[in-house]
Amino acid sequence: MPDEPVSTSRQASARHERPVVDPCQEAIGTLYSFLDGELTTDRRRQIQHHLDECGPCLQAFDFEAELKALIARKCREDVPESLRRKVADALRAEDVPT
Amino acid sequence: MADKERFAEQAMPYMSSLYSAALRMTRNAADAEDLVQETYLKAYRAFASFQEGTNLKSWLYKILTNTFINTYRSRRRRPTEVELDDVEDLYLYRRLGGPAATLGRSAEDLVLDQFSEADVKEAVESLPEPFRLAVVLADVEGFSYKEIAEILDVPIGTVMSRLHRGRRALQKALHEYAEEHRLSAPADVTT
Repeated sequence: MPDEPVSTSRQASARHERPVVDPCQEAIGTLYSFLDGELTTDRRRQIQHHLDECGPCLQAFDFEAELKALIARKCREDVPESLRRKVADALRAEDVPT
Repeated sequence: MADKERFAEQAMPYMSSLYSAALRMTRNAADAEDLVQETYLKAYRAFASFQEGTNLKSWLYKILTNTFINTYRSRRRRPTEVELDDVEDLYLYRRLGGPAATLGRSAEDLVLDQFSEADVKEAVESLPEPFRLAVVLADVEGFSYKEIAEILDVPIGTVMSRLHRGRRALQKALHEYAEEHRLSAPADVTT
């Protein structure tokens, strides 16, 4: 992935050209939305196309996906039995006697 | 009572999820248990107003989050709105070696396996609340941006901002924990 941003939209506009955007930087910019499944189908396809062609970006995306999965795994908790009982008891106490 | 049975059948399976989220919110087990119990009571009382076929999980989480904000957040003396420093993209990836961190699947697993459950939980819990809530709802519970916006009652743009910045701050916190462990662990002879 290049270090310097190459988008020079103002200069490009002055020359009446389309602004040049570094595709890697653009892809990394959409990383979270991509992994969260929040991109439009077209946009997703565009980014996927870049990932298919760019090893470094694909590796970065894979890492972030793994990290996201890690957080989910490590933050799961088992419910203490005492809590299940407490909730069941509390709900039972809520019932209006007929 | 048909309603109670229906409620038990549909809502009880979410208890472990709700409890996990409650722990990250309150940061202590006793409060988390109280929060979950209160959530179920409120949900049960309001169940008649819940529309069958709509998203029960979102609905339960909205009750959980509102109860947390109204009951537990007010107890804390520390201010809840904190500015997060800007953290660069791919913070952790770059510091764990970039492409070297992903050499084949097993190496990648090893790199991330250095983070214990305690590391990850502490890192999440170190985030200021608005960011912590967004990260838990997205990464642990898998809600969409739209669902998170509804649960937190904020615009989708706010969700995205909190999520992106929260995740970066989380990476920075994880990296700091990893560094601490490296410094305090006995020296590894292998290079």
